[in-house]
Amino acid sequence: MIEFKLPSLGADMDEGTLLEWKVKPGDAVKKGQVIAVVDTAKAAVDVECWQEGRVHELVAAIGEKMPVGALMATLLAAGETAPRRLGAGEAAPAGPAAPPLRRLISPAARKHAQELGVELERIAGTGPHGAVTLEDVEKAAAVPAEPPAAPVPPPAAPAADKAAEMRKAIAAAMSRSKREIPHYYVAEDIPLARALAWLSAENARRPMADRLLPAALLLKAVARALQRYPELNGYWRDGGFVPGERINLGVAVSLRQGGLIAPALLDAAAKPLTQLMQELADLVQRTRTGSLKSSELNEATITVTNLGDQGSHGVFGVIYPPQVALVGFGRVAERPWVDADGGLKALPVVTASLAADHRVSDGHRGALFLRELAELLQHPEELNR
Amino acid sequence: MTRRLSYREAMREAMREALQNDPRVFLMGEDVGRYGGTYAFSKGFLDEFGPERIRDTPLSELGFVGAGIGAALGGLRPIVEVMTVNFSLLALDQIVNSAALLRHMSGGQFPVPLVIRMCTGAGRQLAAQHSHSFEGWYAHIPGIKVLAPATIEDARGMLAPALADPDPVVIFEHCGLFNVEGELPDNGDDCAVDIASAKVRRAGKDVAIITYGGCLPKALAAAETLAQDGISAEVLDLRVLRPLDDAAIAAAVAKCRRVVVVDENWKSGGLAAEIVARIVEHAFFELDAPVARVCAEEVPIPYAKHLEEAALPQPDKIVAAVKGLFA
Repeated sequence: MIEFKLPSLGADMDEGTLLEWKVKPGDAVKKGQVIAVVDTAKAAVDVECWQEGRVHELVAAIGEKMPVGALMATLLAAGETAPRRLGAGEAAPAGPAAPPLRRLISPAARKHAQELGVELERIAGTGPHGAVTLEDVEKAAAVPAEPPAAPVPPPAAPAADKAAEMRKAIAAAMSRSKREIPHYYVAEDIPLARALAWLSAENARRPMADRLLPAALLLKAVARALQRYPELNGYWRDGGFVPGERINLGVAVSLRQGGLIAPALLDAAAKPLTQLMQELADLVQRTRTGSLKSSELNEATITVTNLGDQGSHGVFGVIYPPQVALVGFGRVAERPWVDADGGLKALPVVTASLAADHRVSDGHRGALFLRELAELLQHPEELNR
Repeated sequence: MTRRLSYREAMREAMREALQNDPRVFLMGEDVGRYGGTYAFSKGFLDEFGPERIRDTPLSELGFVGAGIGAALGGLRPIVEVMTVNFSLLALDQIVNSAALLRHMSGGQFPVPLVIRMCTGAGRQLAAQHSHSFEGWYAHIPGIKVLAPATIEDARGMLAPALADPDPVVIFEHCGLFNVEGELPDNGDDCAVDIASAKVRRAGKDVAIITYGGCLPKALAAAETLAQDGISAEVLDLRVLRPLDDAAIAAAVAKCRRVVVVDENWKSGGLAAEIVARIVEHAFFELDAPVARVCAEEVPIPYAKHLEEAALPQPDKIVAAVKGLFA
């Protein structure tokens, strides 16, 4: 029996509310398939299942708020058959019972409801596992009966609440970061004349839909540089560094209603620019419409924040725990630049910064990483591989 | 007027009174004489009552418990002290196959008016072979009465009715209680208690904590904590483990409708399991929540202090179990 539990969708998430099941008992589930939509403080997230099987039982109910790690569903692996129901006299497995599916009514409540002629169906339970208790019956008996309301899906949180919740989530994660992570910062001005010239030429021969933004180039360069500085890519867990298996770039996306989310571009180092650009556009769009996948929310191994044209000259970020580094790009702008011959020119330049966890890496390595990044951006044609 | 004394002093006073009042009463066991009792319950008795009535025995539980049964059959009123419940297993055959059965098998001709006292329980870092709780096993046996005095009042008062009872009575004294102090009436005659009923030690209305023996002070401490959180807990002291006071248990369930049973035995096949079963049999429709148990962890009681504490019921575990019955 495979247990499908609510995954953590980021350091700032400790619970979620089930909005929708995308599968029903008996459905086959493929690896990576979205099987549920869960609302978190930040967004409604498509939750993927990473094991193959057939849905046995949907344990979580629509509208139920669950802690991370709560059992949501059980699946049967290939060849596995449904467990037999326990017969009389058979021992039940030890351990705390999973929250039951049927409606719970305490014996005393059931008896009293019968005596008072109260319909149990219209009573909300407040006891253990939501059981209807004696007190619930007594309270219900004191209120005149109303026609039972049709079951409605849980109301979406009002926008104001949602924004407040997101603020709270960001506050928790960022406070934790500054409390726990000894940040160090390094910065490097990187001339982008060659990169932007290459990009113009490349875009000129591409159809409109396939054109590249400088952001794609910057992200690709970060991913490549990280291959040589793996101590910046991964997590700080249980008192030690755990390197990321792949380079999944968390891309900070600010939301129009305020707040931000940093979903991941998975395996960025391995993807050609065209694919990276498409995935970036798709990711940003889905972040803003609120349909991210769980893997995109919990698998980023580093975050990149790119202020873009509207931004300031440079940015020194706060690391998103349990990650150990954050790369920041300021606005690309024409600035005076002294070239190798001592000549002064106006060139497009970007200030790249690195905020990194001093428990894992040192400023010297951080500086070398930025130099590597600068070097990679001088050879844009090589990034397109 | 009242006076203050310890559980140990109360038990000693009760035995001294019995020895003074009835020449048929005598005390027998390991180290009860010259050493004054393993737990000093019989200090000075040898000088006061002489070696005929205060008898040191060899380390032979099977032998001296059997001798006690013979003496009871012969018309005496023996008090046999077994050092701990763990050692009493050596005497189990005498207690279960002889003492508990003879009146029944003789058509009422041969009662065995014997009192066996023993120390039970953990909490004093005496390691697994001296720390277990088997009173639930004894409570399984028809033909004997099983008592668990948990208060100064019961330590002082239970011995007299136990000696007067025609059946063998086994008294379990929890080793963690010996230094607990409490108030008693000045006059020994006012110390009488019954050995048939459970007693409410703290009245409450939201949850009934049913317990006995060494867990009683823990249950009372938990009730105090719960009161601060606005949960009114009733604490029922079973006092008599066989026969159980079903009426008192049912009354507590009917009053509070939520129950936590606290018992230092292990859960599997333990006394708490029996109590829960009776609640479900007799008071199912009074329940407003599942019944919870707080028992010893299913391990031999560890020696190391922190492990021993972790293995036993504690006030915080009781508080957590109670809160689990509320949403």
